[in-house]
Amino acid sequence: MHSMRLLKVGAGLAAMALVIAGCSSSSGTSGASASPGNGLPKLSAYAGPVGKGEGVLNILDWPGYALPQWTKPFTQATGCKVNVKDFGTSDQAVQLMHSGGYDVVSASGDATLRLIYGGYVAPVNLSLVPNYADINPQLKMQKFNSVAGIPYGIPHGRGANVLEYNTQVVKPAPTSWNITFEKNSPYAGKITIYDSPIFIADAALYLMKHNPSLGITNPYALDANQFAAAMALLRQQKPMVANRWSGSTQQIQDFQKGTIVAGTSWQYNVLTAQQAKAPVSSIVPSEGATGWSDTWMVWSKTPHINCAYDWLNWIVSPQVNAQVAESFGEAPSNIKSCAYTTDKTFCKQYHATDAAFWKNVWYWTTPTARCVDGRTNVQCIPYDQWATAWSQLISG
Amino acid sequence: MTATAVAAPTKGPLHRIRIFMYQKVWARGLAILTLPVAWLVLVYLAPLVVLFLTAFWTTDSLTNQVVHQFTWANFQMVFTTPAYLRVIARTVGVAAAVTVLSLVIGLPMAFFMGRIARPRWRPILVALVLTPLWASYLVKVYAWRTMLGAPGGVVSWMLTPINKLFGTSFNGPGYGWAAVIITLTYLWLPYMILPLYNGLERLQDSMLDASADLGAHNVRTFRKVVLPLIFPSILAGSIFTFSLSLGDYITVQLVGGQAQMLGNVVYDNFTLNLPFAAAMATIPVVVMVIYLLVARRAGALEDL
Amino acid sequence: MTLSRPAKIFFAVCMFLGLGFIYVPILVIVINSFNVDKLFGWPPTGVTLRWWSIAFKDPGVRHALLTSLYVATVATLIAIVLGTLASYGIARFSFFGRDSISLLILLPIALPGIVTGIALNSTFTTVFSQLSYVSLIAGHATFCIVTVFNNALARLRRMHGSFTEASMDLGATGSKTFWRVTFPLLRPALIAGALLAFGLSFDEIIVTTFTAGPGIQTLPLWIFNNLFRPTSAPVVNVVAAALILVSIVPIYFAQRLGSRDVLSSSGGA
Repeated sequence: MHSMRLLKVGAGLAAMALVIAGCSSSSGTSGASASPGNGLPKLSAYAGPVGKGEGVLNILDWPGYALPQWTKPFTQATGCKVNVKDFGTSDQAVQLMHSGGYDVVSASGDATLRLIYGGYVAPVNLSLVPNYADINPQLKMQKFNSVAGIPYGIPHGRGANVLEYNTQVVKPAPTSWNITFEKNSPYAGKITIYDSPIFIADAALYLMKHNPSLGITNPYALDANQFAAAMALLRQQKPMVANRWSGSTQQIQDFQKGTIVAGTSWQYNVLTAQQAKAPVSSIVPSEGATGWSDTWMVWSKTPHINCAYDWLNWIVSPQVNAQVAESFGEAPSNIKSCAYTTDKTFCKQYHATDAAFWKNVWYWTTPTARCVDGRTNVQCIPYDQWATAWSQLISG
Repeated sequence: MTATAVAAPTKGPLHRIRIFMYQKVWARGLAILTLPVAWLVLVYLAPLVVLFLTAFWTTDSLTNQVVHQFTWANFQMVFTTPAYLRVIARTVGVAAAVTVLSLVIGLPMAFFMGRIARPRWRPILVALVLTPLWASYLVKVYAWRTMLGAPGGVVSWMLTPINKLFGTSFNGPGYGWAAVIITLTYLWLPYMILPLYNGLERLQDSMLDASADLGAHNVRTFRKVVLPLIFPSILAGSIFTFSLSLGDYITVQLVGGQAQMLGNVVYDNFTLNLPFAAAMATIPVVVMVIYLLVARRAGALEDL
Repeated sequence: MTLSRPAKIFFAVCMFLGLGFIYVPILVIVINSFNVDKLFGWPPTGVTLRWWSIAFKDPGVRHALLTSLYVATVATLIAIVLGTLASYGIARFSFFGRDSISLLILLPIALPGIVTGIALNSTFTTVFSQLSYVSLIAGHATFCIVTVFNNALARLRRMHGSFTEASMDLGATGSKTFWRVTFPLLRPALIAGALLAFGLSFDEIIVTTFTAGPGIQTLPLWIFNNLFRPTSAPVVNVVAAALILVSIVPIYFAQRLGSRDVLSSSGGA
C-alpha cells in the first residue's frame, strides 16, 4: 500500500538526514578538529594533582607491554583494574584511538604525530610524573613525542627491528640484510617482512647503504625518485617472501616450523622463540636497522585521568621499567632501571645509554610532505601515499 | 412503566482505534511492521548509505580523518589499478570455487541425510553436521593453520608414510590460495548442507515414484526431477558460501601466506583511508544484491 | 525413489568421508588442548592437563563467557520481538514494497560482515564518539533478526489461515487470537530461530571487532586477543574444545523442534 512505501521512504530519509547532519558537524571525531597538517589542536594537560583512581584503566599497547607480572601489582597499589588491548601495527593503534575508549596508549614514533595532530592525545603534565626525572635525556622532548616544546608523552623504551635467523639453516651467520633483499639469496621463499607500510623505510635503509647515488639520508624522507626505488626493491623482494607478519605468535610459530628462516623481527619474538627451543638468533646488521622509540600517551577524552597518570608513573618506575625491558627485549628508558635487571649486563647488551649505537637505528617516524631530513628543495612522499603504494604492492 | 432509555455504554477512543485497526487491513500491517523496519533503516540501512557516501570523500594527509570534499578518485583507484582489479577477480574466483566445492561435498551428504537415512537418525546427523559451527570460527581457522603448515603441520605429518613409500617430498598445499579455498569450504559447509537437507527432505515421495513409474531410471530422475526441485535450496546455500567468502579477511591472514583478498584491502585501508575502503566495500555489496535479486526470482529465499 | 544397494553404499561413504572432513580439525583442536607444546607443535610431544586447569581458573575466560552470554541473550531477545513482528507483517499482509522489505531484512546476513562492521563503526563513532555495549548489541541484534524471521515466516506460511479465522469466529479479538492461537503454534519456530540467532551472536567475530567498545570482550574477542599471545594460546584450544562439547545438546534439541512439525503438509519427516 502507498502508506507502507511512504513510511519506509520517510523513515529512511529522516534517518539519513539525521546521521549526515551528525557527520558534518564533527568531521574529526574523538578529538578536536585540526586543520590539515599545521594547526595543533587546542588541548591542555591535566592540571592535577593526581587523586584517587577511578577503578578502571583501558590500556592500548604493543603485545608484551602490559603483562600481569606488573599490571597485577599496579592494580593492588592503585585500585585501577586493568583491561589490555594489543595491536600489531601503528596503523591499528591509530584506528583504535579513533574508535575511542582507550585511556593510555604506547605509541611508536610513526603514530605519535598522527595522534597529536588528530587531537586524540593530550599534552602530559610532567610534574605529575615523578619518575620522569630519571628518564634517559636522549629520549626526552624528541621530535616524535613533543611538538613546539609541549611534551605529549612519557618515553617507555626503544629497540631495533632486528634480523632474526634460523641458526641451523642460515650458515654462516649473516651480517647484512642482503639475504632478505638480494635476488640470489639462498633463502628465497622463506623470508618474512613486517606487515605495515612503514616497512618501506627498511627498503630505503638498505638502499641508503647499497645505492648511495640515490642520495637517501633518512629512510623516512623520500622524494619521488627515492620512493620509487624503494618500491622497486620491495617488488623485487616480493617473490622471496613467504608471508608478512604483524602478530608475534604466528611469526614465532613459522620460525619454529621452518616455514621462515630469516627476516625482520623484534627481540621479543626472538626471546619467546628461544624459550620454546627454536634454533634462532638475531643481529643488528651492518646497514643498521629501523627501530622504534615508544611513548606512553594519554587519551584526550579519558574519564580515568588519575588512573592514567598512575600508570604513566608506574610503568617507567625503575623496577617495572626493568621488568618490561627484560621481558620484551628492549632498552629501558629509565636510567635507574639498569640496577634492577636480573641480568646485570642487560643494559649494556641493549645499548641503553650508548648514543652511538642508536645513530644507526632509525626510529619509526611519520613521513610527511615536508621532508623530515630537513630538505626544502623537494617534496617528500607523505605517509598516506606510502600506505596506498603498500596496499597496491601487497594486493597484486 | 416508562422505559428509561439505557444509554449505550460509552466506548472511548481506544475502542475506536480497535475498530479502525480491525477494518483497515493496511493500518494493522503498518503498526506491525513499523518497529522492525524502523530499526533496520536506522541501525543498518542508514550507516550503509553513509558508508557509500563516504566513498566520495577524501582524507586529510596527516591525520587520516575524513574530509568532506567530493571526489571520484577512490572509485577511480578501485577500477583502474591493475592490482586491485586482480584482487577483485581472485576474490570472486575463490568465492565461486568455495561454493562449488561445498556443493560437491555437501550434496551427497545432504542426500544421504535427507533421503536415505532413517527418520530417527536425521536430527542426530544434522546435529553432527551443525555442531562444529559452535567451535569458534577463529579456532577452526587456526586448526587448519596448524594442519597445513608445511613442514611441521598435521597434513605433512600424515603424508610422511606416503612420501617414504614413493620417495616424494610433497608436504601438502602449505599456505596459499589452495589453503584458503579448503579452509573456507570447511567453514561454510554446514551452511550449504542445511538448506540442501531441508530441500531434499521436503521432496515428496510421490513425485519420485511418479517419475519412476513413467520409466525414468534413477540418474534421469535425479537430473530431471530432483535437481530442478532443489535448485532453490542450492541457491540459498550458495548465498551463504559466496557472501561469507567474499568478505573474509581473517582466514586469508592465517592460512593464505601472501594472498590478499578484497576483505583484506578493505580492512587494511579502513584505518588510514576510510573513503577508499568504502569504495572497495561497495563491490561485494553490489555483487550480493544482484545475487539476492536473482535468487529471489528463482524462489531460493523461501529456503533460507 | 528406490536406490540400488551400491548407490546407497556410495552415499553412505560420502557421508562418512564428509563427517571425517568435518571432524578431523575438531579432533586436532581437542588434541592440541592437551598438547604440552605451547605453540602447537605437531605431533604432540607430550600430554598435559595443565591447560584445562588454567582455563577453569582463568578469570578472563569466565568474564568473556559471561559477556558473550549477556550480549547474545539481549540481541536474541530483540531479534525475537522484531523478527516475529516482521514475519507476521510479511506473511499476513500483502502490499506494495513487501518484497523489498523482506530483502532488507535479509541484507545483514547476506552482505559480508566486514561491510556491516565498518559501516556501523563509522556511524557509531561519529554519533556517540565511542563504541560500547549499545553499538555491539545493536549490531548483533540486526543480523539475528533474520534467523528468527526466516523460521517464523516459514511456519506462518504453512499455518492455515483457518485457525485464526476460526478463533475470530468464536469471538476472540485480534490480539487475543495472536496470543492464544498463533503464538503457541509459532513457538517452536521461534525457539529454533532464537537458538540459531544465539549461536550466531555467540561466535561472531568480524562485526564484533568493529563494534565492541574497549574493555568489552566477548568470547570470540578473547580468543582473538589470546590466540596471538604466546603465553595464552593453549588455553584458547581448551575453550574451543569445551564449547564444542557443550553445544551438542542444544543443537540436537533445536533440530528436534524444527522437524516436529504438526502443521506440515509435506510427506517428508
